[in-house]
Amino acid sequence: MVALRIDAKSLHYTPLNQQIRKAICDGTKEIVIDNVLGQRFIGDGIRGDDVTITVNGVPGGDLAMFMSGPTLIVHGNADHAPGNTMDRGKLIIHGSAGDATAHSMRGGRMYVRDNIGYRGGIHMKQYKEKRPILVVGGFARAFLGEYMAGGLLIVLGMNGKEPVAERGVGSGIHGGEIYVRGKVAEKYLGVGAQQLPATAEQMAMIQPIIEDFAKSFGIDPAPLLSAGYSRIAAASARPFANKYTPE
Amino acid sequence: MSIGSTPLRFKVELDTGRCMNCGRCVENCSYGVFRKEGNKIVANSRACVACHRCVAFCPRDAISIYEKPTDYRSHPVWTREVREAVFNQAKTGRIIVAGMGNVLPYPIIFDRLVLDACQVTNPSIDPLREPMELRTYIGKKPAALSVKEHKNGDTELLTKLGPNLKLETPIMIGHMSYGAISLNAQTALAKAVTKMGTFMGTGEGGLHESLYPYQSHMIVQVASGRFGVDINYLERGAAIEIKIGQGAKPGIGGHLPGEKVCADVSCTRMIPEGSDAISPAPHHDIYSIEDLKQLVHSLKEATEWKKPVFVKIAAVHNSAAIAAGIARSGADAVVVDGFRGGTGAAPRVFRDHVGIPVEAAVASVDAKLRQQGIRNEVSIIASGGIRQSADIAKIICLGADAVYIGTSALVAMGCRVCGTCNRGICAWGIATQRPELTQRLDPETNAVQVANLIHAWTDEIAELMGAAGINSIESLRGNRDRLRGYMLDEGLLKVLDVKTVGA
Repeated sequence: MVALRIDAKSLHYTPLNQQIRKAICDGTKEIVIDNVLGQRFIGDGIRGDDVTITVNGVPGGDLAMFMSGPTLIVHGNADHAPGNTMDRGKLIIHGSAGDATAHSMRGGRMYVRDNIGYRGGIHMKQYKEKRPILVVGGFARAFLGEYMAGGLLIVLGMNGKEPVAERGVGSGIHGGEIYVRGKVAEKYLGVGAQQLPATAEQMAMIQPIIEDFAKSFGIDPAPLLSAGYSRIAAASARPFANKYTPE
Repeated sequence: MSIGSTPLRFKVELDTGRCMNCGRCVENCSYGVFRKEGNKIVANSRACVACHRCVAFCPRDAISIYEKPTDYRSHPVWTREVREAVFNQAKTGRIIVAGMGNVLPYPIIFDRLVLDACQVTNPSIDPLREPMELRTYIGKKPAALSVKEHKNGDTELLTKLGPNLKLETPIMIGHMSYGAISLNAQTALAKAVTKMGTFMGTGEGGLHESLYPYQSHMIVQVASGRFGVDINYLERGAAIEIKIGQGAKPGIGGHLPGEKVCADVSCTRMIPEGSDAISPAPHHDIYSIEDLKQLVHSLKEATEWKKPVFVKIAAVHNSAAIAAGIARSGADAVVVDGFRGGTGAAPRVFRDHVGIPVEAAVASVDAKLRQQGIRNEVSIIASGGIRQSADIAKIICLGADAVYIGTSALVAMGCRVCGTCNRGICAWGIATQRPELTQRLDPETNAVQVANLIHAWTDEIAELMGAAGINSIESLRGNRDRLRGYMLDEGLLKVLDVKTVGA
């Protein structure tokens, strides 16, 4: 089946999404959108497990928000909150992403080749088989994994930068886990977060994910896999348990 | 033990002459007040919260409960509550939390506003004889209509109308989540609103599968924790509400303790059983009014512009300016939640000291939106402290389109406003997830009671309107001429835009 091509030049996001929805509804499995320039909400709330959407250009905020199933590949950078409250599917960004990347993500996978902004993976959560995964190739800014309630976040720190060298890492984390290549300076850990070297068992768990990430971008996984990792998780399952007293 | 015991809050007395030792009080009290000792029943008054479950089920009226049986030395500054809060915090070093709404005796503006009635010069209308229009539409109204006339005499409406909710009465039930209240309580409310042709909110707890049959009468909530939110949830709701703030605790998030996250709550919220459900104070994808617009639009885009989107804020000092921003964000309604609103649990200091009354907030929001020519862009829903039909008539006169009720709907199911919701062992089966307690609440009979309350209040509003010579709720809305302030100061009269009695 040939891919459907949509030219997004000067196209508002609503008619663009309408075309995407209609194509999926008509059974199209491959959609390529060219000339994307800042349109928000691309793929917002769309379904379709076997659908692949390629975005050529720079999409606007809330890319793939509430998305449930499709694979969305961006050749360019993404703006504010890509993968916001995403439910299922895959989001692959050949570039960097803005603040609140994977905000409240509930399921599916998201790979960002380069860097992400502030509050990456904030309040990600998991439930039963729904376990969101965010892998960042470069570095993340402050408040990474803040309020994290579930899921898996991996920051690889490629290109010679530390994975995260700013404050508030895992601040208020009460579920899920963050892995970084090397380690995070203790002074950057947030309230309630605890860092330990990753065990062999934990490494075995993240290895196939790192391999898949590397494959998605044509990167050699060997240097990533031979390195040591640290795991950051909640120091206590109930970080706020001792804060309140009944009237 | 340097502080020792504080005096009893309540004293439970059993009239041994009347008590027949049936043990219903022992079975019904979830706080462990009563126990059988030999052939008599003994009460531990210290455990009592005055929820009256025992009183309601005692077949012999043998139980009496007295508040504050022991006096402190009276003092106008160092009240009992102030002293006991100090004792509590000196012992624990913690933030005090409690259920229900504001307990401080601030003057109630509703009680200083009086409604008008016709005498001689314009006749009142008899609602028994004449049709009274209480149907209310929530959503954007076009500023102007453009029509095209066809040659065959047909007229075509060219203006595209935004989605509106059609309410048969201006009374809706506000957002009380599954987690804060039981599924049986939510089911009773859902049955009641469906019967009455109105709507209820899901709260931030997702939508339980068993409520899907009522989904066309449910407003789904998206709050900062995004619990239970996926595309299916958004599509199920009749409308979507973004919760920014809550009148009982403006400016802070929520925290459902792991103990209340049972298997069923866990699957509705989509979080593991027993884990804390923490809603952050802000939405971390909304750090500005522009970001709010982005969330409103993302929800509309996800649901293909078919659903109205509401934005709920706590009533605070700058509500009017905030509401003007919301009206420009693309939202279809703004919910203004006053500082008397209830809650499952809130820090006492927020519950009692932060926020403003809904009467003043709604009046100023309505005035600001009219001033800016954008009142038609959003409906105004008032909530927080609506206790009776008169409050509804008055707040509509001050500019609201409709109201959310919360506590009063729970009272219709037996709640005695004991304010102990935070403990999660509500004897009435409302604010609890314990199966042995939730099964006490029968959704069928309680649905009838809640529907009765909405019906009775709707009738009363119709009567009040008839007496004022008004046959449509639209003529009551923002009609400040039918209100007068009684013993309100000049500043407040100005804010409300209401004249004093006698003027």
